[in-house]
Amino acid sequence: MLPEVVAEDPTAIAISQQFPDAIVDAKNEADGAVFYIDPAQIVAVCGFLKDSAGFDQLAGITGVDWWPRAPRFEVVYFLHSYPHNARVRLLVRLAEGQEIDSVTSVWRGANWYEREVFDMFGVPFRDHPNLERIMMPADWEGYPLRKDYPVHGYKYSYRDE
Amino acid sequence: MREGYDHVASLDPEHELAIEDPSGLKFSGDGAGRARKMTLNMGPQHPSTHGVLRVVLELDGETIISARPEIGYLHTGIEKECEVKKYQQVVTLTDRVDYLSNLNNNLCYALAVERLMGVEIPAFAQWMRVMLCELQRISSHLVWLGTHAMDVGAMTPYFYTFREREEILKIFEMFSGQRMMTSYIRPGGLALEPPRGWHKAVSRVADRLADGIEQYADLLTANPIWVNRTKHVGGLPVNVLMELGITGPILRAAGVKTDARKDCPHSSYDKFDFEVPTRTGNDVFARYEVRMEEMRQSVRIVRQALDGMPSGPWQADAPHMLLPDREKMKTQMESLIYHFKIVTEGYRVPPGSVYQVVESPRGELGYYVVSDGTANPHRVFMRTPSFGNLQALGAMLEGTLLADAVAVMASIDFVLGDTDR
Repeated sequence: MLPEVVAEDPTAIAISQQFPDAIVDAKNEADGAVFYIDPAQIVAVCGFLKDSAGFDQLAGITGVDWWPRAPRFEVVYFLHSYPHNARVRLLVRLAEGQEIDSVTSVWRGANWYEREVFDMFGVPFRDHPNLERIMMPADWEGYPLRKDYPVHGYKYSYRDE
Repeated sequence: MREGYDHVASLDPEHELAIEDPSGLKFSGDGAGRARKMTLNMGPQHPSTHGVLRVVLELDGETIISARPEIGYLHTGIEKECEVKKYQQVVTLTDRVDYLSNLNNNLCYALAVERLMGVEIPAFAQWMRVMLCELQRISSHLVWLGTHAMDVGAMTPYFYTFREREEILKIFEMFSGQRMMTSYIRPGGLALEPPRGWHKAVSRVADRLADGIEQYADLLTANPIWVNRTKHVGGLPVNVLMELGITGPILRAAGVKTDARKDCPHSSYDKFDFEVPTRTGNDVFARYEVRMEEMRQSVRIVRQALDGMPSGPWQADAPHMLLPDREKMKTQMESLIYHFKIVTEGYRVPPGSVYQVVESPRGELGYYVVSDGTANPHRVFMRTPSFGNLQALGAMLEGTLLADAVAVMASIDFVLGDTDR
């Protein structure tokens, strides 16, 4: 059953015909509808949108931390269709430590974006070809973009000087 | 070799022919004294990386077997810092993301916040934004052209392009007081009233640029060394470019007609008459042609903006988010209260999220701003074109010659501040 706010949206209808319970929630934002997808079906939904709905490019992936709310993380996928000149945003809600399947098998370009989300938020991606830190040094402790991570880091403080 | 360096002790017992040289070169031989594969570190301090990028190249003779870009040397945590700043303070951070196209970053962030706030920008401010962003596009392309030509051995264009770029930076200084970190486009309009005499100054620069662009084309387009260094180099099939998330001039040089200025119109771009240049060459030379044509189109847009500039206010009518006029503050109590509230508390943005896209000189620039209803953004994600494009470097370099790596890297036109944020 589709959430009411996107009952008319063609992309939502296409997804729900193929995967009836994939869209768990939806919202209308300032730039259009966004869909919350069931984390277990993200690769299937992305593959379907790429092959059948013309979303040929992944513009990016990022995370949002809503700590102390639970579930804590949102992983956001920005999809772009060149043939239809359309954009869609898929969101996935994840608890801390919960794994999500990598979409690198759908778009190769997801590689660095997923590494960045892993590096900054500590969200583990299953079946990622090379899940390492990308911005921070390999031995860095903590995940900087988490809300409970202080802006100046754990180890260094201006007060020490 | 370094004095006192124990050459024998450095031999790895597992791979007895692997010799780690202190200069960073690593050889592995085939046992007959002939080096077969070599791992070469390009960067992080290498002039052709235009910043601090490290590329780990695996070479067979002069052919690149694999290339692995390593980024993060310029990571400054700008996205984290945005979360503790107020909405109006983030503008100065957006300047520092892509330090060659500051105004485009200002614009993208301003548009995102304005969309969340539901603020309408007056026509004069919109046209002024377009004019300045196109000047910025030209100045960014001038840096690309000068350094690209210098990377492959042509010294002269560098001096000519930087001569013209300086003129553009003087215009920015005239408008905002800063040559590079302008922060001139802000949520709600512009930072300051455009200075007296701007029209004359910009039209003089536009004429100069129009001449200059043809001068660079004369130097390079038919130059046999330039053509030999750039043609049939660094191409990838269009579907691979798509999968890797490439945007901007690289994609247009592969024949895909896409431009955020046309596809998702903003800031009155639909009122301007310009073309989106494409080529089908899909190599370094085609990217050169696309960017040269983009500069010509940008000059066209600047001239149209000069001819048809509407009159009106340079800021939106939004007293809840814009600082009041200084004179009013001294005479009216409401203005003083607004000033005090905005400076001390900032302005609250309604909860929600928005993904705003503009066309930066390097490709699709997107700002994803999430608001939780307070005066600080909950999350600002910068979808930067350099990060997306640089990911294709490994695929582009596979199988090419080492000398071509420099040309390919220059043709991607990445900015490391933009990549690492």
